[in-house]
Amino acid sequence: MSGAPSVLFDAPGPATVRRHRLYTVLALVVLAGALALVGWRLYVEGQFAYDQWEVFITPRFVEAILVDGVWVVLQMAAAAVVLSLAFGLVFGVAKLAESPLVRLPATYVVEFFRAVPVLLLMILIFFSYGVTRGDSGAYWSVVLALMLYNGSVLAEVVRAGILAVPKGQSEAGLAIGLARGRVTRLILLPQAVKIMLPSIISQCVVALKDTSLGYAVAAPGLVRLMSSIYQQFGNQFATLVVTAALYVLMCSALTLLATWVQRRYVGEKQALAISETAGTDAATGKVV
Amino acid sequence: MDIVLDNLDLMGRALGYTLLFFVIAAVLSLTLGTVLAAMRVGPVSVLRRAAAAYVTLVRNTPLLVVLLFFRVAGPKVGLNFSFVDLQLGQWRINNIFAALVVGLSIYTAAFVCEALRSGINAVPLGQAEAARAIGLPFGGVMTQVVLPQAIRASVPPMASVQIALLKNTTVCGALGVVELFARMRSFTNNDPTQRVGIFIAFAALFVVLVLIVSFVANRLERRWRIA
Repeated sequence: MSGAPSVLFDAPGPATVRRHRLYTVLALVVLAGALALVGWRLYVEGQFAYDQWEVFITPRFVEAILVDGVWVVLQMAAAAVVLSLAFGLVFGVAKLAESPLVRLPATYVVEFFRAVPVLLLMILIFFSYGVTRGDSGAYWSVVLALMLYNGSVLAEVVRAGILAVPKGQSEAGLAIGLARGRVTRLILLPQAVKIMLPSIISQCVVALKDTSLGYAVAAPGLVRLMSSIYQQFGNQFATLVVTAALYVLMCSALTLLATWVQRRYVGEKQALAISETAGTDAATGKVV
Repeated sequence: MDIVLDNLDLMGRALGYTLLFFVIAAVLSLTLGTVLAAMRVGPVSVLRRAAAAYVTLVRNTPLLVVLLFFRVAGPKVGLNFSFVDLQLGQWRINNIFAALVVGLSIYTAAFVCEALRSGINAVPLGQAEAARAIGLPFGGVMTQVVLPQAIRASVPPMASVQIALLKNTTVCGALGVVELFARMRSFTNNDPTQRVGIFIAFAALFVVLVLIVSFVANRLERRWRIA
C-alpha cells in the first residue's frame, strides 16, 4: 500500500462528511483541552516566567550552549560516524567473505555489538581508558562505544547494500578476470554506496541522539552542560525544552537530508530497511 | 567476574528491575502505539496530523532527554508520580520507577506506531480496494481485512522495536533505578580490575535476553503465518 490513507476508505459521502466533521471538532476539543491543561499547569507553576528562560537569551550562556554543547555534540557524532563507517566497511565486507575463517568471526562480532546496550560498552571503555584522562577520556569513551555499536549496524548496511547490487555486475567483473577483492572494491562498492547513503544518514541521526548517553560517564556535551544549567538556575522544564528543541532541530535537518538524498540518488526504489537491533536479520528484517 | 558471582542476589534484583521496566513499558507502548497508528491512518485529518507530529517530535528527541523530562522536570510542575509507592520485601516500585516507565513507554510508542504503519503499508493495495468494493466502511476494512494481515507483517519490525526497548532500559540505570546497567557500573566502580569479566557477564545476560525476545517473535511469526 502506498501509505496514502485514502486507500483505506472511500471518498466520503455527505453523511460521512458530517460525521468526520463531528470527529474533527471532538478531536480538536480534546487535543486543545489537553494542551490547555498542560499549559495552565505550567503557568500555575510559574514555568513561563521570564526568569526561567532568561538564561537562554543571555549571550554568555547562548555562546556556551552553542560552543560547548551543540558543537561538541556534532563533533562527537561526526567522529563516531567516521569511525563506524570504517568499522562497518571492514566488517560488512568481511561478512561476505568466501572463507568461513573471516566470515564467521566478523558475523559474531557484528551480532554481539548489535545485541549489547551501548551504555555497557561505554562503561567498559570508560573504565579501561577514559577514567584517568578527564574530559577527553570520557569524550573518546563515548565516541568509541558509539563506533562499535553504529559500526555494527553499518556493517549490516554495507552487506545489504552490496547484496542489493544486481548479480550480473559481480559476474561480469569475475568474467573479465578480476579477483574477488577487486570486484568488491572496483565494481560493487561504488554502486552500493548510492544505495546505502540514506541508511547511512539515518544512522547518523541515531549516533547524534546517542551522544546524549555520554551523560552516564559525565562526558562533555549538550546534556551535561544543560544539567549544570538547571542545577544552577532550577529551571529544569525550560532547560529540557531547549535541549529537546536543539536535538529535534539537528535530527530533523539530517532526516530531511536523508529524504533528499533518497529522492536524488536512489529514486523511487525502496530504501534499504536495516534493522537496528540484533535478533533480526538486518537485510530482510526477518526474525532469526 | 568474582564480584558478580559473590553478589548474585544484587545481580538478580537488577535483572528483575530490568525485566519489570521492559514488560511494563512494552505493554504500555504497544497500547499507546496502536492508538497512535490508528490515528495516523484514520480518516480524521486532525488526528492524523497530531499523531504524525507526536512521532516526529519523539523520534528526534534522545531517550535520555525524554526520561529527564519525567524525572527532573516533572516534579517541578507537580507531576511527581508520588501515588506510586509499592514495597514488597527488597523490591521497591517508587515514583522514580514510575516516571522512568512512563518516559520509556512514551518514547517507544512512537516507534511502535511506525512499525504498525509499515505493516499496514505492506498489505497489498488490492486487499483494501477489494474490501471497499464489497462495501465495508473504514472500520470494517481495517478490522476484517487490513489489520489481520498488517499485524502479521509488522511482527519483525515490532520485535526490533521491543528489542531496542530492552536495550534502552539501561538508560534508566543512569537516572536512579538500580537495574542491570547501574549494577554493572557500581560493580565496575568498586573493582575496576575486574571490568572485563563484569562486562562479559552483563553483556552475556543481555545477549540471552535479546535472543529470548527474538525467539518469541519468531514463534509468533510462524504461528500466525498464513499458508
